[in-house]
Amino acid sequence: MSRLHAFHGGIHPPEHKAESNGARIVQVPLPPQLVVALNQHIGHGAKPVVAAGDRVAKGQMIGRAEGRVSAAVHAPTSGRVLAVEPRVVAHPSGLAELCVVIEPDGEERWIERQRFDWRNADGPAVLDHLRDLGVVGLGGAVFPSHLKLAGARTLDTLVINGAECEPYITCDDRLMRERADEIGAGIAIVRQLMNARQVKVGIEDNKPEAIEAMRLACGGQDIEVVVVPTLYPSGGAKQLTRLLTGREVPAGVRATDLGVQCFNVGTVQALYRALEHGEPLLSRIVTLTGAVARPGNVEALLGTPLSHLMAFAGVAADVTGHVYGGPMMGFVLPSLEAGLTKSGNCIIARNAELFPPAPPEMPCIRCGTCAEACPAELQPMDLYWFARARQFGRAQERHLFDCIECGACAYVCPSNIRLVDYFRYAKSEIWAAEKSRDAATLARRRHEARQARQERDKRERAERLAARTTPRPAPPPLPEQVTPQEAPAAPAAPTDDDKQARIAAAMARAAARRAGQAGKGEGGDGA
Amino acid sequence: MRTSPFLVQPTPLQIVMLKVAGALLPGIALYAWTFGIGVLVQIALASVTALAVEAGCLKLRGRPLQPFLSDGSALVTAWLLALAVPPLAPWWMVVLATAVAIGLAKHLYGGLGQNTFNPAMVGFAVLIVSFPAQMSRWAAPLGLGMAELGGLAQLGWIFTGQLPAGLAFDAIASATPLDTVRTALGQGQPLAQILAAPIFGDVGGTGSEWIVLGWLVGGVFLWQQKLIPWQLPVGYLGALALTASAFHLADPAHYAGPGFHLATGAAMLGAFFIVTDPVTAPTTPWGRLLYAALAGVLTYLIRVFGSYPDGVAFAVLIMNIATPLIDQLTQPAVFGRKRGKAA
Ligand code: SF4
Ligand code: SF4
Repeated sequence: MSRLHAFHGGIHPPEHKAESNGARIVQVPLPPQLVVALNQHIGHGAKPVVAAGDRVAKGQMIGRAEGRVSAAVHAPTSGRVLAVEPRVVAHPSGLAELCVVIEPDGEERWIERQRFDWRNADGPAVLDHLRDLGVVGLGGAVFPSHLKLAGARTLDTLVINGAECEPYITCDDRLMRERADEIGAGIAIVRQLMNARQVKVGIEDNKPEAIEAMRLACGGQDIEVVVVPTLYPSGGAKQLTRLLTGREVPAGVRATDLGVQCFNVGTVQALYRALEHGEPLLSRIVTLTGAVARPGNVEALLGTPLSHLMAFAGVAADVTGHVYGGPMMGFVLPSLEAGLTKSGNCIIARNAELFPPAPPEMPCIRCGTCAEACPAELQPMDLYWFARARQFGRAQERHLFDCIECGACAYVCPSNIRLVDYFRYAKSEIWAAEKSRDAATLARRRHEARQARQERDKRERAERLAARTTPRPAPPPLPEQVTPQEAPAAPAAPTDDDKQARIAAAMARAAARRAGQAGKGEGGDGA
Repeated sequence: MRTSPFLVQPTPLQIVMLKVAGALLPGIALYAWTFGIGVLVQIALASVTALAVEAGCLKLRGRPLQPFLSDGSALVTAWLLALAVPPLAPWWMVVLATAVAIGLAKHLYGGLGQNTFNPAMVGFAVLIVSFPAQMSRWAAPLGLGMAELGGLAQLGWIFTGQLPAGLAFDAIASATPLDTVRTALGQGQPLAQILAAPIFGDVGGTGSEWIVLGWLVGGVFLWQQKLIPWQLPVGYLGALALTASAFHLADPAHYAGPGFHLATGAAMLGAFFIVTDPVTAPTTPWGRLLYAALAGVLTYLIRVFGSYPDGVAFAVLIMNIATPLIDQLTQPAVFGRKRGKAA
């Protein structure tokens, strides 16, 4: 039994797991329509490769990975593409994003699955394969898995995350109880791909059955199943890594570079299905709980309308809304018409009894309770103060971006201050400022380019003048001629592309940062 | 709630403040037992004043009354002030001090959570600077064979300044143990002889040493409830005791030992209820330790070398000024950025 390295802070909210963790995972019947979002992961959305009217087979790629941080999306079942159009997606903004709407034909006709011999393939081919099968982190952060596997020649410790620390959520619990062998096989694969010296599986002590199942499954494999105390957010990648290895991965640093990497149990199982069976990621297990008649875990096809899922669970009459994800880090669904995404580990039906309205916010009394609870070891009350005073620079100096938005601080605050709201606000303001700073840099560059061009023109005119005054025949005067190297200095189209690229880059950086510090956070890319 | 987290721990401010007030009860009970009901009268006066002034200020500032009046913070300020004035002080003193504490020290700075200085200590400082004579005349502990005032007579004295016929105030009042020691030392008496007087008990003042125990019990309760961080009381009492020990060892005939300093005056009350005021103390672990320790040393110096009856209030007020600086200098390293491993 290895030593635990407790992390700072943490909280004990009521667990509410017993409601949903008792029954086996059940399959949800096929819905009449699937709304499959093309951006279901951190990074660039997939590019659609089907059109309305196409017939698709189960497992057929419908969206191709686009850009470096991306993953493919597939038809969860066979049927007909009704539309490729913006639809409301499971995102707090409630904005419409490009989705592929599929009408299932009920035949479950598979695409021909390619056997992929990952054991004899070279590294990049394996990673491309995983990207093309759409495997992303299923713990909630949905960071493309192939990127986390990349770049490791050897790893000291591979951490497998079965902590599932957020209240209400039990999908990993059930998965470990029922499919521990597949998780075990997946762990063996990841271990080999990353050349990991040791493997530790962290599970909170409130899941004895899962611990037992995982111990059985990992028996002969030299994998240590470590029981960690129930303390939110022990399932945050950084917190679990610290718990099990003592190593702290700072914000913006790739965990792999520090010799550790963390995968969720669901992700590892999906990796196994992808590499051993050539199956793309088509479904996931999702906990349906809260004010519902039949709380439990279901396996549902991606794109299943959330209304279909909630009808299956039986929503109570007094429900006032739905939370996607856990009660600490999830968000309120703008609409149940969105389809299930790869990040959807839990849907909670809210009512006033389970989620009483927020008490009024009182002033901060600097009691420091929030700092004691903060797993990132920040001083939330100071960040709150800076955010309120719009002193974003100071907030950044005090490592605002190391905040994983776990909500522990807001949970304990006796003044009921919605601290995380202030942090999200400050972060978005800083991102916006960065974007406009990038735009300003761009404008300055353009200005400089134009000046350089004018100087050059003047110089050339002067040279031509000088040449004409000499007795020798002058070189052909070509005032409009521009040498190829100088072409980029010309304004117009290329620069606009450049601007687009820069903005895209800024947004990708922001996304990567978000990825880096998202609680279930996957390594980010160190940008 | 539209955004996460959707759960909040049900420990609202009222509960925190209620627990603080509750933690004062053992000490208050012992206080009334030792000195009579005067202290209860002072508490009642201060409470009513605090609520009235709080309501008035909220109204003037256009703030909602209900959440702020019921948060309990004004009451805690009032109680601390009432405990700091002599139990037989005339009624208007505690009323004035409370009005200053709530009106000036709290609301003029922007209300709950915004004040730089500990409001109760500001109120106390105003009294001690303006009315030094009244502030140093403490009631004599009951049961010392001196003339005693009954409950009604105490009431009468506080409100009307009238004593029962044939009784002079000097007969029922005495200097505090701290004052007594300083005055007597000033007159050249040896410490051992001074401490043999009946108003001194085993470690501190007769009777009042039991009150000190009451504050300690309440303080430990607050710590156990995770409402005060250990760094503040431990840093404060530790530094006070260490400083006292150093002086005592150097010159035992002139400087009382650490036990005496811990058990007299407002040291214990201050350590658990005043130094621990979250609004005006630093928030970082090391900052709290440093702040409290410096306040402890200052308390000793003001007590022994200053001319005021006690040093707690001024020590705390002086340290309040340093709080932002201390916070800035003692920022703890954040996750993943320790020991130069920063990215
Ligand atoms: S817990 Fe709330 S009241 Fe206490 S310091 Fe933090 S933000 Fe302020
Ligand atoms: S939300 Fe951010 S500041 Fe608050 S406890 Fe979590 S990491 Fe710390």
